[in-house]
Amino acid sequence: MSLTTYRADLHIHSLLSPCGDLEMSPANIVAEACRKGLNIIGITDHNTTRQALLIKQLGEKQGLFVLCGAEVTTREEAHCLSFMPDEASLEIFQHYLDAHLPDIKNDSEQFGFQVCVDKNEQIIYEEERLLISALDQSLEQVEQKVHELGGIFIPAHINRPRFSLISQLGFVPTDLPVDALELSKHTTIEAFKAANAYLADYAFIQNSDAHFVNDIGTVFNLLTLSHRSFEEVRKALRNLQQKNVQK
Amino acid sequence: MKIKELISALNLTLIGGEKGIENEITGAYTSDLLSDVMGNIHDGNVWITLQTHKNVMAIASLRDASAVILVKGLQPDADMLEKANEEGIPVLGTDLPTFEISGKLYQLIN
Repeated sequence: MSLTTYRADLHIHSLLSPCGDLEMSPANIVAEACRKGLNIIGITDHNTTRQALLIKQLGEKQGLFVLCGAEVTTREEAHCLSFMPDEASLEIFQHYLDAHLPDIKNDSEQFGFQVCVDKNEQIIYEEERLLISALDQSLEQVEQKVHELGGIFIPAHINRPRFSLISQLGFVPTDLPVDALELSKHTTIEAFKAANAYLADYAFIQNSDAHFVNDIGTVFNLLTLSHRSFEEVRKALRNLQQKNVQK
Repeated sequence: MKIKELISALNLTLIGGEKGIENEITGAYTSDLLSDVMGNIHDGNVWITLQTHKNVMAIASLRDASAVILVKGLQPDADMLEKANEEGIPVLGTDLPTFEISGKLYQLIN
Protein backbone atom coordinates (compact mmCIF):
# COMPACT_ATOMS: atom_id res chain seq x y z
CA MET A 1 0.00 0.00 0.00
CA SER A 2 1.53 3.31 -1.00
CA LEU A 3 1.57 6.24 1.33
CA THR A 4 1.28 9.91 0.42
CA THR A 5 2.18 12.96 2.42
CA TYR A 6 -0.54 15.58 2.57
CA ARG A 7 -0.54 19.18 3.73
CA ALA A 8 -3.15 19.70 6.43
CA ASP A 9 -4.33 22.91 8.11
CA LEU A 10 -6.85 21.77 10.68
CA HIS A 11 -7.85 25.01 12.37
CA ILE A 12 -9.72 27.45 10.15
CA HIS A 13 -12.63 29.75 11.02
CA SER A 14 -15.38 30.73 8.62
CA LEU A 15 -17.41 33.94 8.63
CA LEU A 16 -19.81 32.24 11.02
CA SER A 17 -17.40 32.74 13.92
CA PRO A 18 -17.92 36.29 15.18
CA CYS A 19 -14.18 36.91 14.92
CA GLY A 20 -14.06 35.33 11.44
CA ASP A 21 -13.69 37.88 8.68
CA LEU A 22 -16.70 38.27 6.39
CA GLU A 23 -14.48 37.27 3.46
CA MET A 24 -14.16 33.78 4.96
CA SER A 25 -17.00 32.37 2.90
CA PRO A 26 -17.02 28.68 1.97
CA ALA A 27 -16.09 29.50 -1.62
CA ASN A 28 -13.20 31.74 -0.60
CA ILE A 29 -11.86 29.29 1.98
CA VAL A 30 -11.79 26.45 -0.55
CA ALA A 31 -10.23 28.64 -3.24
CA GLU A 32 -7.48 29.89 -0.95
CA ALA A 33 -6.77 26.45 0.48
CA CYS A 34 -6.32 25.08 -3.03
CA ARG A 35 -4.25 28.07 -4.08
CA LYS A 36 -1.92 27.45 -1.13
CA GLY A 37 -1.53 23.77 -1.99
CA LEU A 38 -3.40 22.40 1.00
CA ASN A 39 -4.83 18.89 0.65
CA ILE A 40 -6.73 18.69 3.92
CA ILE A 41 -8.38 21.43 5.98
CA GLY A 42 -10.39 21.48 9.21
CA ILE A 43 -13.29 23.87 9.74
CA THR A 44 -13.49 24.91 13.38
CA ASP A 45 -15.90 27.72 14.10
CA HIS A 46 -16.56 28.65 17.72
CA ASN A 47 -19.13 26.32 19.23
CA THR A 48 -20.87 25.65 15.90
CA THR A 49 -20.53 23.41 12.86
CA ARG A 50 -23.24 24.97 10.73
CA GLN A 51 -21.01 26.29 7.99
CA ALA A 52 -18.77 23.25 7.76
CA LEU A 53 -20.75 20.86 5.57
CA LEU A 54 -21.04 23.29 2.67
CA ILE A 55 -17.29 23.86 2.81
CA LYS A 56 -16.80 20.09 2.66
CA GLN A 57 -19.09 19.82 -0.37
CA LEU A 58 -17.38 22.67 -2.22
CA GLY A 59 -14.02 21.25 -1.26
CA GLU A 60 -14.84 17.85 -2.69
CA LYS A 61 -15.38 19.39 -6.13
CA GLN A 62 -11.88 20.87 -5.97
CA GLY A 63 -10.13 17.79 -4.65
CA LEU A 64 -9.82 19.27 -1.17
CA PHE A 65 -10.58 17.03 1.82
CA VAL A 66 -12.40 18.85 4.62
CA LEU A 67 -12.83 17.80 8.23
CA CYS A 68 -16.02 19.23 9.73
CA GLY A 69 -15.91 20.33 13.34
CA ALA A 70 -15.94 23.16 15.82
CA GLU A 71 -13.62 24.91 18.23
CA VAL A 72 -15.50 24.19 21.42
CA THR A 73 -15.14 26.45 24.46
CA THR A 74 -15.46 24.33 27.58
CA ARG A 75 -16.79 25.60 30.89
CA GLU A 76 -13.20 26.25 31.96
CA GLU A 77 -12.86 28.46 28.85
CA ALA A 78 -10.38 26.12 27.21
CA HIS A 79 -10.66 25.76 23.44
CA CYS A 80 -10.77 22.28 21.91
CA LEU A 81 -10.92 21.31 18.24
CA SER A 82 -13.61 18.68 17.77
CA PHE A 83 -14.14 16.91 14.44
CA MET A 84 -16.96 14.56 13.46
CA PRO A 85 -16.53 11.54 11.15
CA ASP A 86 -19.72 11.93 9.10
CA GLU A 87 -22.88 13.93 8.52
CA ALA A 88 -24.97 11.97 11.00
CA SER A 89 -22.55 12.45 13.88
CA LEU A 90 -22.07 16.09 12.86
CA GLU A 91 -25.79 16.68 13.24
CA ILE A 92 -25.89 15.05 16.66
CA PHE A 93 -22.89 17.10 17.72
CA GLN A 94 -24.53 20.30 16.52
CA HIS A 95 -27.58 19.50 18.68
CA TYR A 96 -25.24 18.98 21.60
CA LEU A 97 -23.59 22.35 21.03
CA ASP A 98 -26.96 24.05 20.69
CA ALA A 99 -28.15 22.46 23.93
CA HIS A 100 -25.16 23.65 25.95
CA LEU A 101 -24.50 27.11 24.56
CA PRO A 102 -25.81 29.72 27.02
CA ASP A 103 -28.61 31.96 25.85
CA ILE A 104 -26.48 35.10 25.76
CA LYS A 105 -27.25 37.16 22.68
CA ASN A 106 -24.55 38.31 20.31
CA ASP A 107 -23.93 41.99 19.77
CA SER A 108 -22.50 42.20 16.26
CA GLU A 109 -21.05 45.64 16.92
CA GLN A 110 -19.02 44.36 19.84
CA PHE A 111 -18.13 40.88 18.66
CA GLY A 112 -18.74 40.64 14.92
CA PHE A 113 -21.31 39.01 12.70
CA GLN A 114 -22.31 35.38 12.99
CA VAL A 115 -23.77 34.44 9.62
CA CYS A 116 -23.98 31.33 7.48
CA VAL A 117 -23.98 31.66 3.72
CA ASP A 118 -24.77 29.40 0.80
CA LYS A 119 -22.41 28.64 -2.09
CA ASN A 120 -23.40 31.95 -3.71
CA GLU A 121 -22.49 33.86 -0.55
CA GLN A 122 -26.12 34.70 0.23
CA ILE A 123 -26.87 34.80 3.96
CA ILE A 124 -29.12 31.92 4.89
CA TYR A 125 -28.84 31.95 8.68
CA GLU A 126 -27.76 34.26 11.45
CA GLU A 127 -26.72 32.80 14.79
CA GLU A 128 -28.31 34.90 17.54
CA ARG A 129 -26.53 33.47 20.54
CA LEU A 130 -22.96 34.59 21.18
CA LEU A 131 -20.72 31.81 19.91
CA ILE A 132 -17.69 32.73 21.99
CA SER A 133 -19.51 31.94 25.22
CA ALA A 134 -18.42 28.90 27.18
CA LEU A 135 -20.60 25.79 27.00
CA ASP A 136 -21.94 24.52 30.28
CA GLN A 137 -19.87 21.39 29.76
CA SER A 138 -16.54 20.56 31.32
CA LEU A 139 -13.44 19.56 29.40
CA GLU A 140 -14.07 15.91 30.29
CA GLN A 141 -17.70 16.07 29.22
CA VAL A 142 -16.81 17.55 25.82
CA GLU A 143 -14.06 14.98 25.27
CA GLN A 144 -16.44 12.16 26.16
CA LYS A 145 -19.10 13.43 23.79
CA VAL A 146 -16.67 13.84 20.92
CA HIS A 147 -15.21 10.36 21.33
CA GLU A 148 -18.62 8.83 21.94
CA LEU A 149 -19.57 10.08 18.46
CA GLY A 150 -16.38 8.67 16.94
CA GLY A 151 -14.80 12.10 16.63
CA ILE A 152 -11.31 13.53 16.90
CA PHE A 153 -10.52 15.70 19.96
CA ILE A 154 -7.56 18.10 19.95
CA PRO A 155 -7.12 20.74 22.69
CA ALA A 156 -6.30 23.96 20.83
CA HIS A 157 -3.19 26.17 21.04
CA ILE A 158 -2.29 24.76 24.46
CA ASN A 159 0.78 26.99 24.69
CA ARG A 160 -1.16 30.24 24.38
CA PRO A 161 -1.69 32.51 27.39
CA ARG A 162 -5.46 32.50 26.87
CA PHE A 163 -8.23 29.97 26.30
CA SER A 164 -5.83 27.06 26.43
CA LEU A 165 -5.55 24.05 28.73
CA ILE A 166 -2.38 25.51 30.18
CA SER A 167 -3.75 29.03 30.70
CA GLN A 168 -6.97 27.73 32.24
CA LEU A 169 -5.79 24.70 34.21
CA GLY A 170 -2.07 25.36 34.55
CA PHE A 171 -1.20 22.03 32.95
CA VAL A 172 -2.39 19.34 30.53
CA PRO A 173 -4.30 16.64 32.45
CA THR A 174 -2.55 13.47 31.36
CA ASP A 175 -5.61 11.29 31.98
CA LEU A 176 -7.58 13.20 29.32
CA PRO A 177 -7.81 11.08 26.14
CA VAL A 178 -6.75 13.31 23.24
CA ASP A 179 -5.96 12.54 19.60
CA ALA A 180 -3.28 15.23 19.52
CA LEU A 181 -2.38 18.55 21.11
CA GLU A 182 -2.29 21.72 19.08
CA LEU A 183 0.39 24.36 19.50
CA SER A 184 0.08 27.86 18.12
CA LYS A 185 2.62 29.15 15.63
CA HIS A 186 4.34 31.14 18.40
CA THR A 187 6.51 28.21 19.37
CA THR A 188 8.07 25.11 17.83
CA ILE A 189 7.17 21.55 18.75
CA GLU A 190 10.77 20.89 19.81
CA ALA A 191 10.97 23.95 22.05
CA PHE A 192 7.63 23.20 23.64
CA LYS A 193 8.49 19.56 24.33
CA ALA A 194 11.83 20.59 25.80
CA ALA A 195 10.04 22.93 28.20
CA ASN A 196 7.27 20.43 29.00
CA ALA A 197 8.94 17.04 29.31
CA TYR A 198 5.82 15.36 30.69
CA LEU A 199 4.17 15.93 27.28
CA ALA A 200 7.01 14.54 25.17
CA ASP A 201 5.04 11.45 24.11
CA TYR A 202 2.01 13.30 22.74
CA ALA A 203 1.25 13.95 19.07
CA PHE A 204 1.58 17.66 18.31
CA ILE A 205 0.17 19.62 15.41
CA GLN A 206 0.26 23.27 14.44
CA ASN A 207 -2.33 25.05 12.34
CA SER A 208 -3.06 28.53 11.06
CA ASP A 209 -6.10 29.34 13.25
CA ALA A 210 -7.03 31.47 10.26
CA HIS A 211 -9.71 34.12 10.74
CA PHE A 212 -8.71 35.92 7.55
CA VAL A 213 -8.28 34.52 4.05
CA ASN A 214 -4.59 35.36 3.83
CA ASP A 215 -3.83 33.31 6.94
CA ILE A 216 -5.18 30.03 5.55
CA GLY A 217 -2.36 27.53 5.15
CA THR A 218 0.33 29.81 6.60
CA VAL A 219 0.86 26.98 9.07
CA PHE A 220 0.20 23.35 8.18
CA ASN A 221 1.15 19.78 9.05
CA LEU A 222 2.49 17.01 6.88
CA LEU A 223 0.36 13.95 7.44
CA THR A 224 1.21 10.65 5.81
CA LEU A 225 -1.87 8.68 4.79
CA SER A 226 -2.74 5.86 2.43
CA HIS A 227 -5.68 7.96 1.26
CA ARG A 228 -7.62 10.93 2.54
CA SER A 229 -10.35 9.90 4.93
CA PHE A 230 -11.38 10.70 8.49
CA GLU A 231 -10.05 7.39 9.78
CA GLU A 232 -6.76 7.86 7.99
CA VAL A 233 -6.33 11.27 9.61
CA ARG A 234 -7.02 9.76 13.01
CA LYS A 235 -4.48 7.02 12.28
CA ALA A 236 -1.91 9.56 11.14
CA LEU A 237 -2.26 11.45 14.41
CA ARG A 238 -1.87 8.20 16.33
CA ASN A 239 1.26 7.44 14.30
CA LEU A 240 2.69 10.82 15.24
CA GLN A 241 2.23 9.87 18.85
CA GLN A 242 3.66 6.37 18.46
CA LYS A 243 6.75 7.73 16.77
CA ASN A 244 7.46 9.57 20.01
CA VAL A 245 6.96 6.55 22.20
CA GLN A 246 9.27 4.40 20.09
CA LYS A 247 12.26 6.69 20.73
CA MET B 1 -20.14 56.40 44.86
CA LYS B 2 -18.57 57.51 41.59
CA ILE B 3 -15.54 55.95 39.93
CA LYS B 4 -13.45 59.06 40.57
CA GLU B 5 -14.09 58.73 44.31
CA LEU B 6 -13.18 55.06 44.13
CA ILE B 7 -9.88 55.92 42.48
CA SER B 8 -8.77 58.10 45.39
CA ALA B 9 -10.30 55.93 48.10
CA LEU B 10 -8.46 52.80 46.94
CA ASN B 11 -5.39 54.47 45.51
CA LEU B 12 -6.02 53.17 42.00
CA THR B 13 -4.30 54.28 38.80
CA LEU B 14 -6.46 55.63 36.00
CA ILE B 15 -5.05 53.82 32.94
CA GLY B 16 -7.67 54.75 30.35
CA GLY B 17 -11.32 55.43 29.59
CA GLU B 18 -11.31 58.73 31.53
CA LYS B 19 -14.62 59.74 29.99
CA GLY B 20 -16.37 57.44 32.41
CA ILE B 21 -15.00 58.61 35.75
CA GLU B 22 -18.38 60.04 36.73
CA ASN B 23 -19.94 56.57 36.40
CA GLU B 24 -21.96 55.52 39.41
CA ILE B 25 -20.97 52.22 41.09
CA THR B 26 -23.71 49.72 41.90
CA GLY B 27 -21.51 46.95 43.19
CA ALA B 28 -18.68 44.79 41.92
CA TYR B 29 -17.98 41.40 40.39
CA THR B 30 -14.72 39.49 40.61
CA SER B 31 -14.09 36.86 37.96
CA ASP B 32 -11.59 35.89 35.28
CA LEU B 33 -13.92 33.73 33.23
CA LEU B 34 -15.51 35.84 30.52
CA SER B 35 -18.58 33.66 30.23
CA ASP B 36 -19.13 33.85 33.97
CA VAL B 37 -19.01 37.64 33.88
CA MET B 38 -21.31 37.80 30.89
CA GLY B 39 -23.89 35.75 32.63
CA ASN B 40 -23.68 37.33 36.08
CA ILE B 41 -22.37 40.88 36.25
CA HIS B 42 -24.91 43.65 36.85
CA ASP B 43 -25.31 47.09 35.30
CA GLY B 44 -22.97 49.59 36.90
CA ASN B 45 -20.79 46.96 38.57
CA VAL B 46 -17.05 47.35 38.75
CA TRP B 47 -15.35 44.29 37.21
CA ILE B 48 -12.19 43.07 38.96
CA THR B 49 -10.03 40.84 36.77
CA LEU B 50 -6.57 39.81 35.60
CA GLN B 51 -7.67 39.47 31.96
CA THR B 52 -6.12 42.15 29.76
CA HIS B 53 -7.50 41.59 26.26
CA LYS B 54 -9.98 43.58 24.22
CA ASN B 55 -12.91 41.25 24.77
CA VAL B 56 -12.88 42.43 28.39
CA MET B 57 -14.00 45.84 27.13
CA ALA B 58 -16.52 44.30 24.72
CA ILE B 59 -18.15 42.52 27.65
CA ALA B 60 -17.82 45.52 29.97
CA SER B 61 -19.58 47.60 27.34
CA LEU B 62 -22.25 45.01 26.65
CA ARG B 63 -23.05 44.70 30.33
CA ASP B 64 -22.64 48.40 31.21
CA ALA B 65 -19.91 47.87 33.76
CA SER B 66 -18.94 51.13 35.48
CA ALA B 67 -15.20 50.31 35.31
CA VAL B 68 -12.66 47.51 35.05
CA ILE B 69 -9.97 47.08 37.72
CA LEU B 70 -6.85 45.19 36.59
CA VAL B 71 -5.05 43.53 39.47
CA LYS B 72 -1.43 42.78 40.33
CA GLY B 73 -0.07 45.72 38.36
CA LEU B 74 -1.24 44.22 35.06
CA GLN B 75 -1.54 46.51 32.06
CA PRO B 76 -4.21 46.29 29.37
CA ASP B 77 -3.25 45.06 25.90
CA ALA B 78 -3.03 47.91 23.39
CA ASP B 79 -6.35 46.96 21.83
CA MET B 80 -8.05 46.73 25.22
CA LEU B 81 -6.87 50.24 26.10
CA GLU B 82 -8.00 51.55 22.73
CA LYS B 83 -11.45 50.08 23.23
CA ALA B 84 -11.65 51.46 26.77
CA ASN B 85 -11.00 54.94 25.43
CA GLU B 86 -13.48 54.47 22.59
CA GLU B 87 -16.19 53.21 24.90
CA GLY B 88 -15.38 55.63 27.70
CA ILE B 89 -15.19 52.86 30.30
CA PRO B 90 -12.48 53.45 32.91
CA VAL B 91 -9.67 50.91 33.21
CA LEU B 92 -8.13 51.21 36.65
CA GLY B 93 -4.97 49.61 37.97
CA THR B 94 -3.91 48.28 41.35
CA ASP B 95 -0.79 46.47 42.47
CA LEU B 96 -2.86 44.45 44.92
CA PRO B 97 -3.83 40.86 44.22
CA THR B 98 -7.45 39.98 43.53
CA PHE B 99 -8.43 38.92 47.05
CA GLU B 100 -7.10 42.07 48.69
CA ILE B 101 -8.60 44.55 46.24
CA SER B 102 -11.94 42.76 46.29
CA GLY B 103 -11.94 42.88 50.08
CA LYS B 104 -11.12 46.56 50.19
CA LEU B 105 -13.72 47.44 47.57
CA TYR B 106 -16.31 45.36 49.38
CA GLN B 107 -15.67 47.21 52.64
CA LEU B 108 -15.75 50.54 50.90
CA ILE B 109 -19.12 50.19 49.22
CA ASN B 110 -21.02 48.13 51.80
